Amino acid sequence: MSSASVEVAPRQTVRTGAEAARLRRDLRRAGRRRQLAAIALVLPLFLFLMFSFLVPIADMLRRSVVDPDLAAAWPNAAVVLRAWDRSSPPDEAMFAALGRDIRASAEARTIAGPARRLNYALSDGRSLVMNTGRALRKLQGEPASWRDTLMSEDPAWGKQKTWIALAHAAGPLTDFYLLTAVDLERDAADRITSRPPDQSLYLTVLQRTALMSVSVTLLCLLLGYPLAYYVANAPARSANLLMILVLLPLWTSLLVRSAAWIVLLQDQGLVNDLLRASGLTDGPVRLIYNRIGVLIAMVHVQLPFMVLPIIASMKAVPPAYMRAAVSLGAHPAIAFFRVYMPQTFPGVAAGTLLVFIMSLGYYVTPALVGGANDQMLAYFIAYYTTSSANWGLAAALGVLLLVATAILYALYARLTNLGQIRLG
Amino acid sequence: MKNRLARAGGLLALGITAGIAFSVAEAQQRPLTVVSWGGAYQEAQKKVYFEPFTKETGIQLIDESWDGGIGVLRSKVEGGTDSGWDVVQVESEELTIGCDEGLYEPLDWSKIGGKDAYIPSAVSECGVGAIVYDNVLAYDKDKLKEEPKGWADFFDTQKFPGKRALRQGPKINLEIALIADGVPLDKVYEVLATPEGVDRAFKKLDSIKQDIIWWKAGAQPPQLLASGEVVMTSAYNGRIDAANRNDGRNFGIQWDGALYTLDSWVILKTSPNKEQALQYLAFVGKPENQAKLPEAIAYGVTAKGADKLIDPKRLADLPTAPENFANVLHISDEFWIENIDRLTERFNTWASS
Repeated sequence: MSSASVEVAPRQTVRTGAEAARLRRDLRRAGRRRQLAAIALVLPLFLFLMFSFLVPIADMLRRSVVDPDLAAAWPNAAVVLRAWDRSSPPDEAMFAALGRDIRASAEARTIAGPARRLNYALSDGRSLVMNTGRALRKLQGEPASWRDTLMSEDPAWGKQKTWIALAHAAGPLTDFYLLTAVDLERDAADRITSRPPDQSLYLTVLQRTALMSVSVTLLCLLLGYPLAYYVANAPARSANLLMILVLLPLWTSLLVRSAAWIVLLQDQGLVNDLLRASGLTDGPVRLIYNRIGVLIAMVHVQLPFMVLPIIASMKAVPPAYMRAAVSLGAHPAIAFFRVYMPQTFPGVAAGTLLVFIMSLGYYVTPALVGGANDQMLAYFIAYYTTSSANWGLAAALGVLLLVATAILYALYARLTNLGQIRLG
Repeated sequence: MKNRLARAGGLLALGITAGIAFSVAEAQQRPLTVVSWGGAYQEAQKKVYFEPFTKETGIQLIDESWDGGIGVLRSKVEGGTDSGWDVVQVESEELTIGCDEGLYEPLDWSKIGGKDAYIPSAVSECGVGAIVYDNVLAYDKDKLKEEPKGWADFFDTQKFPGKRALRQGPKINLEIALIADGVPLDKVYEVLATPEGVDRAFKKLDSIKQDIIWWKAGAQPPQLLASGEVVMTSAYNGRIDAANRNDGRNFGIQWDGALYTLDSWVILKTSPNKEQALQYLAFVGKPENQAKLPEAIAYGVTAKGADKLIDPKRLADLPTAPENFANVLHISDEFWIENIDRLTERFNTWASS
């Protein structure tokens, strides 16, 4: 059937209004069916992403601002704390609500929650709560003044800073964790100030994380581009072999690869032995448990993610262009830089983006081959989730990393005109 | 179309139900899971506790290892359902914090021999002592000509050049720093309780900061010594002894100024195998079973009467031997429960700069 007859046929049949309506209905129905089929095909992946990706991220964002620990154990105190203006001194009613709640939670064994939470914000917060709880359990009946009772247990109950911390922990929302994540806190007058220098950590770590990711990305590019060029232009058989060599590391677990570097790079390791044998150095060179070790191991792990997109973009460059440029009189080097390289930029952009964003979240490799001052933000997130179960701070650090990544991505997109890249 | 969809939906529902039913059934039949500290220590436990226990009672037991941290236990229990772990060996401040927070099952002492069957420091509401051990200064006798006399020598990079290893984190290290700085053992926590004392400890650590490699798991210090990466390290005494006995190393231990503490067994609140867990604790609490552990790894045990069953020659290698126990510091749980969060933050900041 020629295209002409297809065009003509509908025009001939669509004459009466009834027929046209029927046809439209059929068309719509067919369209809907196609749409449903499309949705059905996409749905599993969508649900998977929804429940394994979007929901956890949303939950993580939520955890960085919600603060349920204190309110769960001390519901009455939480109510009066939320109503408090945070500048006037706490009155007897507030002391009474707190005292009764502390006593009740000590008896119900739920006091550890608020104790843990206050310990994040106050030095000695835990013992303040636990000791007061132990004392109040022995208390018979209602005391004449809850204020005097609590103050006699610990004078810290009379301090404005204690009550500010209590009010911030009363929930349902708090900015405590997010402030901590950027090295800020609230002072006794409820103003936001920077944390003392011996507790200001995370902005430095964020800076270090970004710096290390940039270094890894640049090193990968420096090593990866020539390698990719070689692989892309090698004859088919050796290209396949090289491809396997590039991919091979990906078949081994990240943990094993990182641990293997420890064996190679340590003072008595192979690399140092070679350096000594070659007479380049006398003593061992520090190659591990410092920044050098982390860079070596991370570059090794990330290299395939740089090389593969670049190879793909290089293979798409028609060889005729280079030949044409040279035959028109360009020096091969000029031809390479002005004709060949610009055409590989989409691959380079994709590779650098991939490596950079993956590097930002690195945890295992720096933890294994780095020293204490080479740890990146992910290390502290892991520390707060597994070692101390401070979910709020872990989530806030996650938010910090997410925001930093988004900003860097936006900058990158600006610089490289990211619309040209196809990652998928 | 509809039919097919309905059938697919039915199949899906069936599959999910079957999956849940299967996992429930599996949870009920799950073998008893015991969690310990890995490496040479867990190998020893496997030989003298885990395998004989299964042989005697017929109860299936699998063992896992961890690196500590109350957060791990919190997230295991706060989920509310079976987390896969039943019995866990914890450090002493994890015992107290977790017990306060209701993470552990209070122990039924009548089922594990009664409180009188154990040394007093091994008895608490939620846990029963598993071992007593020391954090000691360890070194390689083949590499050091002179024996380090104590923590002061650990900080003396003139006399003993080379790297040193310490456990990453503030606990133990701040004490070590103060001891090295000349604070008598019985004053260490008094000094550390003041801000100036903490500053002093960090300042002392600062003096060898460039020479420290941080270890995280108990199995690492003997490896770092063996590979020649460090000349001295803090270590658990049993691991050093095990490296000497099992791997033919010639490591030395300085007992003077060692930091003494105790680990305990706890049963997680969410364990579905509580009865078997108690049976396990009863088994490892019997003096005749405990007496076999020091033969495999040089840690002291907690059951009364166990020491009488241990070869006297071996007793001299244990932290509990009088000559090893003469000048040690008992690690303060109260201090660390209160201060671990803040000092870890301070430590991380210090280590990062």
